[in-house]
Amino acid sequence: MGSFVNDADNLRDTELRLGLPGTDDAAPEKSSSSPSTARGTSKRALEDDDDKKELSSPPAKAQVVGWPPVRSHRRNNLQVKKAEVEVEAEAGGLYVKVSMDGAPYLRKIDLKVYKGYKELRQALDSMFKCFSSSGEVSRKEGCEYAMTYEDKDGDWMMVGDVPWEMFISSCRRLRIMKGNEAIGLQSRA
Amino acid sequence: MTYFPEEVVEHIFDFLGSHRDRNTVSTVCKAWYQVERLSRQNVFVGNCYAIRPERVMARFPRMKSLSVKGKPHFADFNLVPYDWGGYALPWIEAAARSCAGLEELRLKRMVVTDDGLELLARSFPNFKSLVLVSCDGFSTDGLAAIATYCRGLRELDLQENEVDDHGRQWLNCFPDSCTSLISLNFACLKGEVNTGSLERLVARSPNLRSLKLNRAISVESLNKILARAPHLVDLGTGSFTVDHRAEAYHRLMNSFPKCKSLRSLSGFWDASPRCLKALYPVCINLTVLNLSYAPAIPGDDLIKLICHCFKLQKLWVLDCIGDKGLAVVASTCKELQELRVFPSDIYGAGNTSVTEEGLVAVSSGCPKLNSVLYFCYQMTNSALIAVAKNCPHFIRFRLCILDPGKPDPLTNLPLDEGFGAIVRSCKNLRRLSLSGLLTDQVFLYIGMHAKCLEMLSIAFAGNSDKGMIYVLDGCKNLRKLEIRDCPFGDGALLKDVAKYETMRSLWMSSCEVTLGGCKALAAKMPRLNVEIINESDDFEESKENLVDVHKVEKIYVYRSVAGPRNDAPEFVWTL
Repeated sequence: MGSFVNDADNLRDTELRLGLPGTDDAAPEKSSSSPSTARGTSKRALEDDDDKKELSSPPAKAQVVGWPPVRSHRRNNLQVKKAEVEVEAEAGGLYVKVSMDGAPYLRKIDLKVYKGYKELRQALDSMFKCFSSSGEVSRKEGCEYAMTYEDKDGDWMMVGDVPWEMFISSCRRLRIMKGNEAIGLQSRA
Repeated sequence: MTYFPEEVVEHIFDFLGSHRDRNTVSTVCKAWYQVERLSRQNVFVGNCYAIRPERVMARFPRMKSLSVKGKPHFADFNLVPYDWGGYALPWIEAAARSCAGLEELRLKRMVVTDDGLELLARSFPNFKSLVLVSCDGFSTDGLAAIATYCRGLRELDLQENEVDDHGRQWLNCFPDSCTSLISLNFACLKGEVNTGSLERLVARSPNLRSLKLNRAISVESLNKILARAPHLVDLGTGSFTVDHRAEAYHRLMNSFPKCKSLRSLSGFWDASPRCLKALYPVCINLTVLNLSYAPAIPGDDLIKLICHCFKLQKLWVLDCIGDKGLAVVASTCKELQELRVFPSDIYGAGNTSVTEEGLVAVSSGCPKLNSVLYFCYQMTNSALIAVAKNCPHFIRFRLCILDPGKPDPLTNLPLDEGFGAIVRSCKNLRRLSLSGLLTDQVFLYIGMHAKCLEMLSIAFAGNSDKGMIYVLDGCKNLRKLEIRDCPFGDGALLKDVAKYETMRSLWMSSCEVTLGGCKALAAKMPRLNVEIINESDDFEESKENLVDVHKVEKIYVYRSVAGPRNDAPEFVWTL
C-alpha cells in the first residue's frame, strides 16, 4: 500500500507532502478570495469574484490581483471544475452513490467511515441483503454479483484491485453488477 | 483625381479593405472626405469614449456594420472596477435614431443591458448579426428579445460574456418562421435551454454552419443535433461526457463521420478521454481545435487526438499537453499558425507541465507559426533566441511566465536578451506581452527594433523611467501601451506627451506616477482624457487631501474628441 499515484489530473498529488496518496484533505486548504496588491486592495473589483468562486489553493503562494493574466471567464471555468471535484471531500465525508442492478433506488454511503474493503463489503451486504459476502461468484440463482466503481477518469473498475486509500481517493460511485455481466468477474476484496 | 466623378472615386474606395486606409484617404481633401464618408459601410470605433456616438452616425449615414470597443484590455484581468463604464446603450440609441439600415453590431468589453438589446431588436428591420465579446450587464431576457424581434437574423455570437440566467427560455423565442440562422454561439451561457426547441431550430436552419453549444447540452442532445446538421463547419460540443456503456456513447461514435464539412471544434467542457475518440474520423480535416476548457483530458489523450490533425492551423490547449504533447504538435501540425497554451492550475505549486522546451519544439517544427500565447513556469534566454531564429514571421508573441519577475533559471539573468532576439528577428511583430525578470535593457531593444509594434503589455518589469521612454521614443506605430507594477513615474509619463495623441490609449497601474504628474499631463494635452481610478472608499474626502506627490493607483489616458465623459462613476476622476 505504498505506491505513489502519478496522476496528472490531480495536481494535489504532485505537491510534496509526507503521506500516502489519498491521505490528503482532512482539512482542505481554502484561502479567502481577497488577494492583496502592493498598493492597497481593489475592493470593488473583487466583490463579484467573491460571489463567483471559492478558492482552494496552496496558502503559501501570494496572490496578486489580475495575475496570471487569464480572463475571468476562463478562470471561473477552471475553478468551478476544481470545486466540483472537491465538493464532496469538503463536506467532511466522502459520500458516493451505490447502485445495484435491479434495486429500485440507490443508496449513498460515506467511504471514510470504513477502514477497508472488508468493512465496505459488510456494509453493502447488509444494505442490499442478497449480496454474496464471500467474494465468490455464487451460481445460486439471482446471486451473481460483482462490485465495481467509477473512477475519476470515468472508467469502471473492479473493486479491490488497488490499495484502499487509493480507492477512496479516486472512487466516484459504486455499482453492484449482477447477472450476465457479473459472470466471470471476481472481486478481490 | 479630383477630375474624376464622385462615383468613380467611390468605386475606387470600395477596394480599400481596412478602415485605416479609408481613414487615411478621408484626410486627403474635402471632396474625398465626403465621398468616403457617404460610402463607408463598416465602421470601427476602437474606444467608445474617443468620440460621441451621434458624431459617428452623422458622419457615416450609410453605416451597415458597427464595431465598438469599451473597457481597457486589463479589464479582462479584474484590474478595472466593475462599473467603470463602457455602456452600449448610447450607441444603440444613436444608431436607432440615425442609421436604421444597421445590419451588424459587434461590441467588445462593453456593458450591454436588456433594454439595450430590446431596443436593438426593435429598431433595425434588416438586422442580421450580433456579436458580443467579453460583455456583461445583460440576461437571457435580452436574448429573448433578440430572438423574438430580429427577423432574418443570421448570426448571434456570444463569446465569453457574463450573462445572467433569468430562466427565460430565450431559445424558444425564435419564431417558426426563422430559418435564416448561419451562426449561433451560446457557449458562455450557464443555464439550460430547451433541447427540443434547439433541435427544431437547427432542423429549420438549412444555412447553419457554426453552432456552439453550452455546457448544459448533453451528449444525447448533441447526437440529435448533429443528425440534423451534418453540414456544420464549426461546432462547440457542449459537455461532451457520457458513460461509455450508454447508448448515447455509441451514437456519438457514429455521429461525427457524417459531418464531412467539420473544420473547427471547441467546447469539451467535461470531456472524458473516451469521448474524444468520437473525433478521430474528423481529425484529419480540422483546421481549428480549442481544447482549452477541458482540464479532464490528460496529455497522452490529447496526443492521441492531435497526432491525426495534419491540417490544424489554430490550436488552443491547456498546459496538461506537456512538452511531450507539444513535440507531437511540432511533428504533426505543419500548417499551424496560432498556438495558445493556457495554465490549468492558476495558483499552482510549480507544476512543470510545459517549459521552454515545448515552445522551442513548436517553433522549430511549425514553419507557419505566427501567433503565440504561452503560459509556463519558466523560460530561458537561449530558448527565446532559438524561437526567434526559427520564427521570424511572428505577428503576435505573448509569453506569460507565471511567477512574476522570474529570471532565466539556467543563468539567473534577466530575459532581456531573449526578448531582444524576438524583436530583432520578428520585423512584423504587432503585439508583444512580456514577463519574467526584465530590466530597462529589454525596452531599449524594443524601442530600437520593434518598429511595427502596435500593442505592448508590460508587468513587473524595468528599473527606471528610461525603460518606458525607450518604448515611447522608438515604437513609432504604438497604439496601445498597458503597464502594471513597474517603476515608471512622472519622468516617463511626461517625456513626450504628444505621443499619446498618436496612440489609442495608455494604461498604468501600480506604478510610480503621481497626481502631480497626471495633472501636468492633462494640462498640456487638452485632447487627452486623463482618468484616475482610485477605489479607496474615502476617495471623495481624499480628493481634497490628495497632494500632488501622492501616487495614483491607476491611470487610463486616451485621446478623444468627445471631451471628458459624463458617465464616469465617482471613483473615476477625469483631470
